[in-house]
Amino acid sequence: MSTIDLKANGLPAHPERATQEGRAKLVGFWLYMSAEAVLFATFFGTFMTFRNSVNGGPTGAELFAIPMVLTATAILLVSSLTSVFAIMAMQRNQASKMRFWFAVTVLLGASFLGLEVYEFVEYVHEGHTFTSSPFGSSFYTLVGFHGAHVLFGVLWISTLLLRNINRPIDTYVAPKYYVASLYWHFVDLVWVFIFTIVYLFGMVG
Amino acid sequence: MEFSMKNWKTAGRYILLLVLAALTLTGCAGQENLSAMIPKGEGAEQQYDLIKLTTYIMLLVTAVVIILFVYALVKYRAKPGDKSIPKQVEGNAKLEFLWTAIPLVLIVIIAIPTVKSEFALADVPEDAMKIKVTANQFWWEFEYPDYGVITAQDMYMPVGDKVALELKSKDVIHSFWVPALGGKMDTNPDNVNKMWLQAKETGIYQGKCTELCGAGHALMDFKVVVVTQEEFDAWIEKMKNPENPAPATAKAHEGQQIFEKSCMGCHATNGTGRSMGPNMKGFGDRSTVAGYLELNEENTMKWLKDPEKVKQQNKMPSPMQDLGLNEDQLSALTEYLLGLKLE
Amino acid sequence: MATSYLDKKFSLWDWLTTVDHKKIGTLYFFAGIFYFAVGGLEALFIRIQLMYPMNDFLDGETFNQMMTMHGTTMLFFAATPLLFGFMNWVVPLQIGARDVAFPFLNSLGFWMFFFGALLTNTSFFLGGAPQAGWTSYAPLALDYKGTDFFVLGLQISGAGTIMSAINFLTTIFTMRAPGMTLLRMPLFTWSTVVASALIMFAFTPLTGALFLLMFERMFDAKFFDVAAGGNVVLYEHIFWIFGHPEVYLLVLPAFGIISDVIAAVSRKRLFGYHSMVFATVLIGFIGFMVWAHHMFAVGMGPTVNTVFGIATMLVGVPTGIKVFNWIFTMIGGKVQFNTAGLFAISFIPSFVIGGVTGVMLASSVADFQFHDTYFVIAHFHYVIVGGIVQAVFAGMFYWWPKIFGKMLNETLGKWMFWLFLIGFNLTFYIQHYLGLWGMPRRVFTYLPNQGWDTANFVSTVGAFFMSAAVILLVINVAVTFARGEKAVQDPWYGRTLEWSIPSPPPEYNFARTPIVRSNDPWWYEKMQGKKEMQYAEPLSEIHMPNPSIIPLIMAFGTFIAGYGFIYTSWFGVFLGFGITGVCMFIRSIKDDHGQHVHPEGLHVEKGVHHSA
Repeated sequence: MSTIDLKANGLPAHPERATQEGRAKLVGFWLYMSAEAVLFATFFGTFMTFRNSVNGGPTGAELFAIPMVLTATAILLVSSLTSVFAIMAMQRNQASKMRFWFAVTVLLGASFLGLEVYEFVEYVHEGHTFTSSPFGSSFYTLVGFHGAHVLFGVLWISTLLLRNINRPIDTYVAPKYYVASLYWHFVDLVWVFIFTIVYLFGMVG
Repeated sequence: MEFSMKNWKTAGRYILLLVLAALTLTGCAGQENLSAMIPKGEGAEQQYDLIKLTTYIMLLVTAVVIILFVYALVKYRAKPGDKSIPKQVEGNAKLEFLWTAIPLVLIVIIAIPTVKSEFALADVPEDAMKIKVTANQFWWEFEYPDYGVITAQDMYMPVGDKVALELKSKDVIHSFWVPALGGKMDTNPDNVNKMWLQAKETGIYQGKCTELCGAGHALMDFKVVVVTQEEFDAWIEKMKNPENPAPATAKAHEGQQIFEKSCMGCHATNGTGRSMGPNMKGFGDRSTVAGYLELNEENTMKWLKDPEKVKQQNKMPSPMQDLGLNEDQLSALTEYLLGLKLE
Repeated sequence: MATSYLDKKFSLWDWLTTVDHKKIGTLYFFAGIFYFAVGGLEALFIRIQLMYPMNDFLDGETFNQMMTMHGTTMLFFAATPLLFGFMNWVVPLQIGARDVAFPFLNSLGFWMFFFGALLTNTSFFLGGAPQAGWTSYAPLALDYKGTDFFVLGLQISGAGTIMSAINFLTTIFTMRAPGMTLLRMPLFTWSTVVASALIMFAFTPLTGALFLLMFERMFDAKFFDVAAGGNVVLYEHIFWIFGHPEVYLLVLPAFGIISDVIAAVSRKRLFGYHSMVFATVLIGFIGFMVWAHHMFAVGMGPTVNTVFGIATMLVGVPTGIKVFNWIFTMIGGKVQFNTAGLFAISFIPSFVIGGVTGVMLASSVADFQFHDTYFVIAHFHYVIVGGIVQAVFAGMFYWWPKIFGKMLNETLGKWMFWLFLIGFNLTFYIQHYLGLWGMPRRVFTYLPNQGWDTANFVSTVGAFFMSAAVILLVINVAVTFARGEKAVQDPWYGRTLEWSIPSPPPEYNFARTPIVRSNDPWWYEKMQGKKEMQYAEPLSEIHMPNPSIIPLIMAFGTFIAGYGFIYTSWFGVFLGFGITGVCMFIRSIKDDHGQHVHPEGLHVEKGVHHSA
């Protein structure tokens, strides 16, 4: 077993992959994300089948509150950026900076969710519900599933933050942070597709 | 002991092979007007040609494999006590090429007639007589929009010309199959499928539902009655006749009254009327009751007395339990129904 | 003399908390055998009902439940765990690893499968098993309560399957012994790679399809409500995008077993190794592009039918490559007809017959007659029973000595082989004809006087032969455990790394990680005159994972939530997911650095530590 080269800050260059366990976690997580991508693809396919089956109810173009969704998109994209800052801080062994940026990420994620809940409540009042049409069922399945993933991510990163609030960064905990941030990027990427295919295409018809 | 076992094993394999080959090649053809191997329609003929082509090619492939296989086993089995190590061979590029290229060639041979036939079968002629087929749990409705005629269970069609079927389902997915005349096509609730059917000989052909549709899936047989053009035209005229034969006996008359009170809500008795249940015009001339029981008094009574027992999960209310009819009334009803012949 | 992983006194707690891939493999294997018997019983009931026309042994509803559960049980709860059993046992040994990459996840995957299978099977006692076929098409499936059990049981068990696939892939990518390049891995490990990739990308669409069914039934969604604009064919597409890769992910590990066993019993290296690897990958890849050949009769149009038909025919090419390479492995070798060998050899003609009927089915025009008839049933039983099941039996007899340290009885094995071969051919060969004679599939009975009676009777007789064979297998296993012949380390004069360690192996598999210098690394060392592998590291304390009860409890939580959904009890759902969530939370916040184990009976240099 070779010794790990430590940098001046006391951590190896990429602490998340400095150990066998860390490397395994990363490989495993990339595999998991590719499987999840296919699951989302199934829901995208279902949505695209039913995008115009509104059963007499409102269409996407009539419903979608684009300014609000744009804001939510911006929030989520920024939250991805802040998670990148967090990981950069982690790799520089700057624990409090890392915690700060992860906390911002969590807050932004929670804001995204708040906006989405507000959006859904509006739609329900306008007659667009889970049971109103195939369009409704597939919209809420796809977008709702994504929202559930955001919620899970918010809870996950919060748990990490709270659990490790008094711990230094080391090669045991680094892969955990890294994997959480990968997850967060994945969730953000899926949102980019949702924004495009559901909302933007929906406006164009 | 090893020696005799090896001989028996090898011989056994040869015998098995010969038996299988014989069975395959002679291939009992099955029953007429039911088996796909006795095609009597143009569709079934094209399909049977491809079945034969693919069978022969695949028999050839199987034979080659089995010959090599038996050769390997007989010549290279380890003699008991022989612990020597044979020469380790990495592979052979030429062989790899051969057994990649030859199957590809065989596939081309199968693909070309397949594609040709696939497009020919999909080409439903615009001017062919239309029949709208609607599958239900667990019966078949046949509508002739060119004539405004609706019937059930027995599908009449003229011999020789292609008819254009428009297939749909009222409830779950079923599938329309008349093996002796042509291939199958699913009936979906959310779209209409189109298929042509053609018969070269008159006769009664067996039809099967071929998509699991509930407990009655196995009991959803129908018939395709292929007649001459004259007979078909006559049948259409009779179906369009709004009159039915007057009930021959007092009992049958009583049956008619019961029918009008309890059954007419779901069952039309004129050949142009739409109804939720099977159209009963010409019921007395049909081949079956409930799609699979021979049409006679005993079976009709059996069906009426307890439909759930005859066809589990079917949707007809039980005349005795749900509609409050007694056995005498059912007997009268039966006599009336059996008298509903075409004229 | 190192103690084996089985030497500890039997303790239920040990087996419930184990994260050892060998014990988890054993759990999978015996669960698979159990469900194989359950599925077999369901098959026997089906065949008894169909022995005579208009038989009344089972009514239509009950038959449909038997038929549905037979397929569901055999594919998801028998074949998959049996193959996972082998993958768990064998893959880490073949690559020179001490366990899989994620031992905790391995255990979780098993318990998810266990509880999912249990949930679905309890449906028999709770209002009726699912009865819409293992394909569970909408809208028919929406009419039955049993569908809820189908959906939730498979979601839970399927999640476990996906976890295990990720585990195997990560293990193979990151934990191979030094010198074991990808192109030196045995075919069984290669087939595990491709099968795991297929699982990852096929089970997720199944998850999607099951969610659609669940939402439609439980939350009044409108996916399949035609009046509201729904589309039932969508379900068929999503299901078969899963369904076709599903059968390849079952058959590829079977191919892997055959490759390993044939090479071993022929005393000759696998002919055309690179072609075999390439063919395996190609089959996996093409397998994703052929799904609509299950839908030729749906009405998608001639162009779509043509594209999928040709793609399907093409998959026969790499499969054919494999068959010829197996035969040429035997040619020039010294083939031994022990039971493992018999099953592996018999696989070839049986699978070929099933494979060629597959090519016949690929012709969409011919398929218009074949589809949904007994011809299709004959085809897939030839490849599944003649193929996969025989491969599983071959693998059992081949690897049993390694895993349990005992040799399965050869005499019983040979009797079983012949009974099974005769039975399976009797049952399924005649079904090719029944299909062409007009007999649809999934029919609970048939009318007399259609010329089908004798064939159905013969078909049923075969089922009894197969049952007798399986009974012999169970007796064999029991007798072997009680007083079987002890196995030596290398009973077959094997080729791959698992035969270089004791039978059964110690808990940590390899006292020292071996160096791999060639394909068939153990054979190579033996041909060089060596008695053991060369080692990549000095002897030291070995880092092993900790056992844990959490996976079982986590899976149990999903089991409770499953019933919550089925009975629309939000309390049940929150309780179940609450249990699972708390477990996940505990697992996250508790550090787990594993433990260090002293390699038994071997001298360790002081102060040398390394991770596994």
